[in-house]
Amino acid sequence: MGASARAPSDVGRAAWLFLAPALILIFVFFFLPVLASLVLSVTDFDIYAIANPPTTRFVALANYTKLFHSPEFWQALKNTFYFAIVGGPLTIAVSLGTALLLNAKLVRFKSFFRTIYFTPFVTTLVAVSIVWRYLYHTRYGVLNYGLAYFGIAPIDWLGNPHWAMPAIILMSVWKNFGYNMLIFIAGLQAIPQDLYDAAEIDGAGPVRRFFAVTLPLLGPTLLFVSVITMIGYFQLFSEPYVMTQGGPLRATTSVVLMMYEEGFRWWRMGYAAAIAFVLFIVILIATLIQFRLQKEHA
Amino acid sequence: MSRRISQIVLYALLIIGALIALMPMLWMLSASFMPTGEASTYPPHFIPSRITFAHYGDLFTRLNLGRYLFNSALIAVIVTAVSLVINSLAGYAFAKLRFRGRDRTFRILSLGLVLPVQVAMLPLFLLMKNLHLINTYWGVIIPGMASIFGIFLIRQYALSIPDDMLDAARIDGASELRIYWSVVVPGILPILATLAIWTFLATWNDFMWPLIVLSDEAHYTLPVALANLSGEHVQDTELMMAGSVLTVIPVLAVFLFLQRYYIQGVMAGSVKG
Amino acid sequence: MFLRLSSRLVLVGVLLACSNASAGDKTTLRIWAMGREGEVLSQLIPGFEKEHPDIHVEVQQIPWTAAHEKLLTAYVGDATPDIAMLGNTWVPEFVALNSLAPLDSFADQSKEIRREDFFPGIWKTNVVDGKTYGIPWYVDTRLIFYRSDILAKAGYKEFPKTWAEWTTAMKKIKSQMSDKQFPMLMPTNEWPQPVDFAMEAGSPILRDGGRYGAFQQPAFRKGFDFYLGFYRQGFASPVSSSQVSNLFQEFERGNIAMYISGPWYIGEFKNRLDSATQKKWMTAAMPGINGPGVSMAGGSSLSLFAGSQHKKEAWRLMEYLSRPAVQLQFYALTGDLPPRKAAWDDTTFANNKYTKAFRDQLERVVPLPQVPEWEEIATTIFEHGEQAIRKAKTVDQTLSSLDQDVNAMLEKRRYLLAQSKQP
Repeated sequence: MGASARAPSDVGRAAWLFLAPALILIFVFFFLPVLASLVLSVTDFDIYAIANPPTTRFVALANYTKLFHSPEFWQALKNTFYFAIVGGPLTIAVSLGTALLLNAKLVRFKSFFRTIYFTPFVTTLVAVSIVWRYLYHTRYGVLNYGLAYFGIAPIDWLGNPHWAMPAIILMSVWKNFGYNMLIFIAGLQAIPQDLYDAAEIDGAGPVRRFFAVTLPLLGPTLLFVSVITMIGYFQLFSEPYVMTQGGPLRATTSVVLMMYEEGFRWWRMGYAAAIAFVLFIVILIATLIQFRLQKEHA
Repeated sequence: MSRRISQIVLYALLIIGALIALMPMLWMLSASFMPTGEASTYPPHFIPSRITFAHYGDLFTRLNLGRYLFNSALIAVIVTAVSLVINSLAGYAFAKLRFRGRDRTFRILSLGLVLPVQVAMLPLFLLMKNLHLINTYWGVIIPGMASIFGIFLIRQYALSIPDDMLDAARIDGASELRIYWSVVVPGILPILATLAIWTFLATWNDFMWPLIVLSDEAHYTLPVALANLSGEHVQDTELMMAGSVLTVIPVLAVFLFLQRYYIQGVMAGSVKG
Repeated sequence: MFLRLSSRLVLVGVLLACSNASAGDKTTLRIWAMGREGEVLSQLIPGFEKEHPDIHVEVQQIPWTAAHEKLLTAYVGDATPDIAMLGNTWVPEFVALNSLAPLDSFADQSKEIRREDFFPGIWKTNVVDGKTYGIPWYVDTRLIFYRSDILAKAGYKEFPKTWAEWTTAMKKIKSQMSDKQFPMLMPTNEWPQPVDFAMEAGSPILRDGGRYGAFQQPAFRKGFDFYLGFYRQGFASPVSSSQVSNLFQEFERGNIAMYISGPWYIGEFKNRLDSATQKKWMTAAMPGINGPGVSMAGGSSLSLFAGSQHKKEAWRLMEYLSRPAVQLQFYALTGDLPPRKAAWDDTTFANNKYTKAFRDQLERVVPLPQVPEWEEIATTIFEHGEQAIRKAKTVDQTLSSLDQDVNAMLEKRRYLLAQSKQP
């Protein structure tokens, strides 16, 4: 270990200097605005106020009550939950599936396939949203063409309120599964082979081995993956913005999209700040629930 | 025997998966070379009837895409370079330097990971307005210059630097800054590479904040310009596909050339210490 | 290598980011315009720059779908251009923000722009609280673009003039079409259609000086029912405008026979339709309840931002663009109609078969409510309209929630008006 060759106070000073740029930036441009959001949310700050700040009024919890009485908000909340609760597990399932495939001993060219599967994740979301918008075209889109092969009538993917969110979910699963796949691969590789061998000796088949060895040992990885996936999915914005503008009939308006519209389109910033804050609480609760669930299972 | 069958099944699944993963981008590439109108036919064409570069020409001449490419590149490079320095200094300090309040500060910082960034956007916009940074490159660059995630990543990796090395350097009389530069940075090069790629990709692909902050097309980044074009040219499928190709190629190139570092980093970062 | 490239980029970037000087001794004017007008504006600029070699003009095009947002963001961020093309329904909003410079002193002294020479109703849409904040650039109203051959096949040499006739015509056309074809293309996310029909039925859209919505009144209801009828009777398919991959192709292929839009589509149709279809389309004024109907008094103005550092030069540009000769040039490129009577005297219009219907319709235009919240109200109208179209809500529910939502939007306006006691 050895005694430190420098006075602790000197090290301490250097440390704060090293930290200063990051801490100042994060404080001024992140933490402070978050607190300011709370303040903003109890005012009626809007476009009139931007022109003439004194017209701002303190409205206490009026924005929040208006929010909870707004059918658009509940719909946005429902849409976001729909996306996260269906899309999340679906993405994780596909990620796990491909990770298992790529982890199989019988497979070669692993890194080649791994790269291909990861490619969608790397691409720019706006660009692929535009591509998928055309793939989903009712008459000329490739997807409906494929469905026709199976005798299925064309689906109005982005025009039908029932199919619009599933369309976005499908695209998101395609785009995001690669990332979690990598994490699962790392997790799978960390499972000692002896456990599998022992299970095999005990007479367990591949399915039984999966449930008895793989799944339990992937527990922490699963939790990590579900938490970050959920947090990411609750922040849904670009896909509906580019593909459907939140429609049809606001079926794909997410909470963040609604916040953007209220805040940067109609400049009802007080109201939008309330939406943002509710989003934060929702994500916080969802994260805590997941942690609690995992604790109980472990 | 069943081993062979398993292998065939596995490969078949993998290949189908690969096709699914690549199909949208292959179609995008193909459609970008199709003459106007060919992408909107039934049955859909997968291969252009004849190859035309007209849409790419349009993008660079009429539609100014070169400018947006430059903007995206400039912002991504600056953010990556600056944030690497800032995040690694902080990450190293948290990992290896002992000072009062270290753990408390670090815990507060971790809270930030749970906060969705959108909560900050409205007041951040107003702050930028007061700093006269709306519609400027700095308005986009500054919020990206430090990231809690980056600090975490560096710290995790820096923990493994042997203390003796650092102490030896101190005994030799090197300043803390010198130690950082000559001992630490070479030691954490792999994670720096990973973070650099990660930051570059994230900044290049960033959409919501540049959309909010940039109102003048001269400053648009590619994703914002693309979304703008798609609103205007929703009719021009082939043109939009060409725009998408140009947006995606740089990040794909960076990823493909440096995937080793990137993938390693993702996988290493996920294994909790 | 990466390091050298990036440091070079950083250097360039720092220089760019820090500098905002204009090229040489020239004054640089920045002008923003939307849609086709934005595209065409660049072609009108060289003429101006030749006359004013010390002024350089930068044109920025914004799509209509993002324009309102972008303009407001620019305003909030103190990044406004010198001049912007503003839809005349937006002028009151930007005036309420104190973002526009009044133009009366310029107009009073100008030899090129004379108030009397503009259609008075159009000039008025730019006057707020007695001051002028925009120079009308083109007039706009909505009317019908249609396939004359399809109408002829259904037995109509001229376009129907009443709602009843129109409905009968569409029934006939529908019977001659296949399942996937529709007589009318009416995207569900466009507000001029329901608003036009409501105004024809006599609705003021908003009441009490723009303080409350008038959506549950019988007049609005009548117009709204007519609007819904298009979808209920299968004359129009409930698609949004972003779902129509290429409206020109659909028009050429006969998949749609009619479309309601503005004069700039004359230019678009001339440019984009194939030669076979060029002989087969025509324009017509909006049918009304008892005869030719009304349409909204739209149009765009050129407005000067209060924050402009080059107001005198900007005014020169506005004068240039308002010259009858330049307006005719503009018209030739876009189909947009001049707001100056002098321009209409030109034979270009007398002999143009497409603009005849517009000249006719201009006699029967009704102004839209002049409230700053109009853009949002208009959006809400079609959003609620969609709900009724897709039967997610009944007509009663739709109109009642429309009133509720619009009244909420106007709350701050009511509060500020009560404070200042202004009309």
